[in-house]
Amino acid sequence: MEGLPMVSLAAGRRAGAGLPSWLRLSWSWRITWLYLALVLFLPLGAMALKAAAVGPVQFWELATTPEAIATYKISFGLSFVAALLNGVFGLVIAWALVRCRFPGRRLLHALIDLPFALPTAVAGLALASIYSTNGWLGAPLKALFGIEVSFTWLGVAIAMVFISLPFVVRSVEPVLEALEIDQEEAAWCLGASPRQTLVKVVLPQLMPAILSGVAQGYSRAVGEYGSVVMISSNVPFKDLITPTLIIQKLEEYDFASATVIGMVMLAFSLVSLVVINGLQVWGRHWEANPTTAA
Amino acid sequence: MRKPLRWLKAHLRWPKPSALIPLIAFAYVAVIILLPALEVVVGALGKGLEPFLQNLHSEELISAVKMTLLMALIAVPANTIFGLAAATAIARRQFPGKALLLSIIDLPFSISPVVVGLMLVLLYSPSNGLFGDVVNSLGWKIIFSWPGMALATIIVTFPFMAREVIPLLEEEGWDQEEAARTLGASNWQVFWKVTLPSVRWAVLYGLILTTARALGEFGAVSVVSGNIAGQTQTLPLFVEDAYKQYQTELAYGAALVLGGVALVSLLLKLLVEQMIGGLKDDQPIN
Repeated sequence: MEGLPMVSLAAGRRAGAGLPSWLRLSWSWRITWLYLALVLFLPLGAMALKAAAVGPVQFWELATTPEAIATYKISFGLSFVAALLNGVFGLVIAWALVRCRFPGRRLLHALIDLPFALPTAVAGLALASIYSTNGWLGAPLKALFGIEVSFTWLGVAIAMVFISLPFVVRSVEPVLEALEIDQEEAAWCLGASPRQTLVKVVLPQLMPAILSGVAQGYSRAVGEYGSVVMISSNVPFKDLITPTLIIQKLEEYDFASATVIGMVMLAFSLVSLVVINGLQVWGRHWEANPTTAA
Repeated sequence: MRKPLRWLKAHLRWPKPSALIPLIAFAYVAVIILLPALEVVVGALGKGLEPFLQNLHSEELISAVKMTLLMALIAVPANTIFGLAAATAIARRQFPGKALLLSIIDLPFSISPVVVGLMLVLLYSPSNGLFGDVVNSLGWKIIFSWPGMALATIIVTFPFMAREVIPLLEEEGWDQEEAARTLGASNWQVFWKVTLPSVRWAVLYGLILTTARALGEFGAVSVVSGNIAGQTQTLPLFVEDAYKQYQTELAYGAALVLGGVALVSLLLKLLVEQMIGGLKDDQPIN
């Protein structure tokens, strides 16, 4: 019987002798490549071909219409603010979870995962109603400060904060757990103030994890659609995000525009993937030799 | 009157810095996550259990539930097979381009769901798709129908399983498989009786994550579904549609169902984490 996965390891082991191992594809490799081709390479290729058919001049024009640029500002700008905010508070939350013991810690731990688990449409519905002018948080905000959140860019920002919160917490937590208290004690013994210890000893070691979490959250917030579309009024130049613009273009049968703006978003995804991988490599390097990595 | 005030003064002191950090953390999470979650519960059950249950009898909602389950029933097994195959192929070997392949598998996590849907439209749309003519001549309906929606769900969820299983398999090493093979086990036997049991928690974890995301996917499915009520509408699409049409109670009813599923998945996840030894409470704080 042709075995399922083990051929690969057997082939891997004997690869030195006969054919190069990648020529003798085992079943596991065949499934992997076939699946990736069907669900990833084919759709990606289709979009790239369609975008290439547009032509470079028209591509640039469609990618930089005032309407599109306005959505980039909202999507990329607000997501950045949301990710930075979560960088700060995510660190505080991770610190509380790892370094502090308090009642409700487990609840906090579970709540952090909720934005991952809760379907985005549900999150959108909840955020839109709670921050609407007669919602629990929207009503006092309107009465006290005259601020409207739902159906403005502020609401979009809140949805982005919601969706990207877990990333920094989950990325900082394990690093903070692995951090040895000895270093902080040594810093103290050498006369460093708590603030100096935090800024010069602890934060530099957490930096790769924080940045990686911020980048992941940023990437997620830029691509987010479900929760944002429900809290936004989806008016161009006001609070329309790029993914919603793509859908509007599709609904108008403007396939060329949709493709071009989709390619812009895809390019951003690829860049952010490279950046995140780089940050994670940097983080591992830091763990291995913290003194030279700076 | 004096006494309680003095008591309050004595006991309500400005929190110490050590208590301040958990307080800030809680306040932030409450405003951003906890209150919205409670809003769903109150919105759905605010008028009592009876109207909520009545809402669940809505024909369109039931059809949306069926559609959602169909999506998960297609996407989860397909992605499980892929995840296990990819993990056994990739995990314990070193080859040039391994890091790149792992990044490619992670790609759907960084692509916007809307772009995933768009790619499928550009591939299979009968009027504008790359394979439009092929799809037409075969008489298939992929876009605005369940196959396209299932494909969208698959793309958005396929990294979960591979991502959970690969690191564990890398840690486990070869020893047990080699022992089984020297004892005369066939490849299948080794896979079923040695490899799979050794990663069973990771597989379970991956199953939970994949299912939760498949049931809740919105953006990608929304682009390819056409959102036809009673036909190509999943539960998350139903929530948005009902909300837009001011059927707020129906929207909340469906949202609570989805929220309940999310909560169950979260609890299961914590349970599995506990089994693996996630949150170590008995360890002293360092």
